[in-house]
Amino acid sequence: MRPIVSCRAVAVLLALGLPAAAVRAEEKAAQPTAGPATSSAAQAEKGPAGPPSPEPAKATAPPTAAEVEALRREIEELKKQIQALRDQVRAALLPEQGTASGAAPAQTASTPLPQPPIPGLSTPPPAAPSQTSNYFNPSVSVIGNYLGVGGSNGTENLPSSSLRESEVSFQAIVDPYARADFFLSFGEEGVDVEEGFVTFTALPAGVLAKVGRMRTAFGKINPLHLHVLPWPDEPLPIVNLLGGEEGWVGTGVSAAFLLPLPGDVFSEATVQVLRGDSGELFAAPDRGDLAYNGHYRVFGDLSEATNLEVGLSYGQGPNGLTPGSKTRLEGLDATLRWKPLRTATYRSASFRGEFIRSRREDPLGDQTADGWFLSGEYQLAKRWFTGARIESAGHADDASQTDHGKALLLTFWPSEFSQLRGELRRREYADGETADELLLQLQFAIGAHGAHPF
Amino acid sequence: MKPTKLALAALALALVGSPGTPAFAKLKVVTTLQDLASLADAVGGDRVETFALVKGYQDPHFVDAKPSFILKLSRADLLIAAGLELEIGYLPPLIDQSRNDQIHPGSRGYLDASTGCEILNRPVQQVTRAMGDVHPYGNPHYWTDPENGRIIARSMAAKLAELDPSNREAYAANLASFEGKLTEKEKEWAAKMAPYAGAKIVTFHDSWPNFTRRYGLNIVGHIEPKPGIPPSPTHTLEIINLITTDKIPLVIVEPYFDLKTPKFIAEKTGATVLTFYPSVGGVPEIKDYFALFDYDIGAFVSAMKGKA
Repeated sequence: MRPIVSCRAVAVLLALGLPAAAVRAEEKAAQPTAGPATSSAAQAEKGPAGPPSPEPAKATAPPTAAEVEALRREIEELKKQIQALRDQVRAALLPEQGTASGAAPAQTASTPLPQPPIPGLSTPPPAAPSQTSNYFNPSVSVIGNYLGVGGSNGTENLPSSSLRESEVSFQAIVDPYARADFFLSFGEEGVDVEEGFVTFTALPAGVLAKVGRMRTAFGKINPLHLHVLPWPDEPLPIVNLLGGEEGWVGTGVSAAFLLPLPGDVFSEATVQVLRGDSGELFAAPDRGDLAYNGHYRVFGDLSEATNLEVGLSYGQGPNGLTPGSKTRLEGLDATLRWKPLRTATYRSASFRGEFIRSRREDPLGDQTADGWFLSGEYQLAKRWFTGARIESAGHADDASQTDHGKALLLTFWPSEFSQLRGELRRREYADGETADELLLQLQFAIGAHGAHPF
Repeated sequence: MKPTKLALAALALALVGSPGTPAFAKLKVVTTLQDLASLADAVGGDRVETFALVKGYQDPHFVDAKPSFILKLSRADLLIAAGLELEIGYLPPLIDQSRNDQIHPGSRGYLDASTGCEILNRPVQQVTRAMGDVHPYGNPHYWTDPENGRIIARSMAAKLAELDPSNREAYAANLASFEGKLTEKEKEWAAKMAPYAGAKIVTFHDSWPNFTRRYGLNIVGHIEPKPGIPPSPTHTLEIINLITTDKIPLVIVEPYFDLKTPKFIAEKTGATVLTFYPSVGGVPEIKDYFALFDYDIGAFVSAMKGKA
């Protein structure tokens, strides 16, 4: 990117080189006007540096005072115009230079400044940003996710108040063949590349390929970012079986194939090959130990207002307990949505459920742990949603231990860009603790965040 | 190994099941709005097959990016969008997942219908979201002016001729007959609306600047305090006062908004609430672009009878 920009700047500078030189020449020519009129006239007579005079005959005859005066006024006028043009150009450039140009102004005044190569400067295109070099900058957004927690919980001890995540995204088209999306997740202390991938959108045979770091397409919830979940927290099966609150994030290659079924039913198969390490889920002692994921989903409109999506997932990767020991994951998800189109912004409902089974090869005894959740959401009014969730999940490393939970939710959206949510949650942990908590979440978004997948 | 088999199976399925494009089939045109589908039908005639993603009675700002739309887009030869970021909430991810590089913005098979149209309410100062859902490129409900419909139809004819040059005469002929009918209809609509020039109205959302400008109506207020922000008690009171002092006869509401507040306002002021359809398909009678104006203007005229 950088070489292109600098090339362009050089080109603009070159294009400006001539006018700038002319400006300096005129300035020099103008200087003597402070002296006696005759000397200025003499200078004008001798100075062939300027543009060739249209009337060379006049140069031989001594100029009259009136002519000198007229010339002087013309020069003054030109100087003013030049200054005005300079100011315009500088104003257009300043935001880009930032405030770092403290000592610069005197310098910038004499250095030629880049200028859009448009002949008629007086009519810039309306509403177009003046910083041409910013045209191709990515869309940038920040989503703040604040979480306040009341009640007590000795097992999952969330802080009473935290800016849990600030998700910064950069999204843009790369070239005619691809787009790129980066999602950086800032915690209060560290930064994580939650996702950063390129998507090739113009491949043949209905393939959509992604390369980079991405939330794995395992089930329906794992691929989603925290801020788009219908709850402030990840459900237990994700936490217990997919490697913790973060879920399964992998680095590698993904290919999704469109496999239309009869009757305009959408179906898509995704195959992902990922590095063998992934948080607490997989550990690869060897570079050649890879993780794999496959996801198949079918989506159909049952009616204009109702649709159903069902997905099957299978993933596996090395768990690092012994060389060659693996963890295998199986998943089933279903989402039913109802939204009458005419009142779509006022009334809707959705039900979703997911089942995950983890089979972990362990030299001390293989563990097969199951987890599931069921959740429903109902929209009461344009800005109000209620919801409920029940959940249960065994521990991946000890299937005899199972946690349970239930939760009630109320969400208020002041606008599309902010959201206030309360969750009353009871979790009964395998160690015998029962925790009743109130989670209060406030989310707020600034900037241009790309639309989310359905 | 299992995953390899899965990958191979998926690949095989993809190759077998991939949508083929028959050589001499109709052009598949997907539009976002039904209005655009109607115009494409008028210009394309029997040489195109249209499908609209958004129903005429649906709020065009809030549409779900359903995977079934991905399927439609994957097979499309031409995608026509209203543009001006009206579809920003759902169309970009659908296009990205369509696996159809012909319909990406900037490609041959993408047409932004707003090109060349008269667009109103282009912000002149910096826009922030404190102003509600403002559209930084201007008001996107521009097709409610029939003259803009004419411009859209012309760009469609040009685009169809570019994609399907062998039928360019047919498209030109269809366009000419559409324009002829539109000119006739415009005279009829203008005559019907003429008596109400200067009439003050209140609307729910700012969907009507092009329509009211064409027919000389005067929008003096909106029930939404700011675009996209639901009515608030204080603003509703202000609107009630405004309607009472200015003796405003009509409150116009798009079909996808809740009638509770408009009805409350009507009760307090005696103004009439009229559901006004911004798009083709809003009710079954509004079958095409002409019927849209026939219906709305008819409803307006009968609602204004005995008023003003």
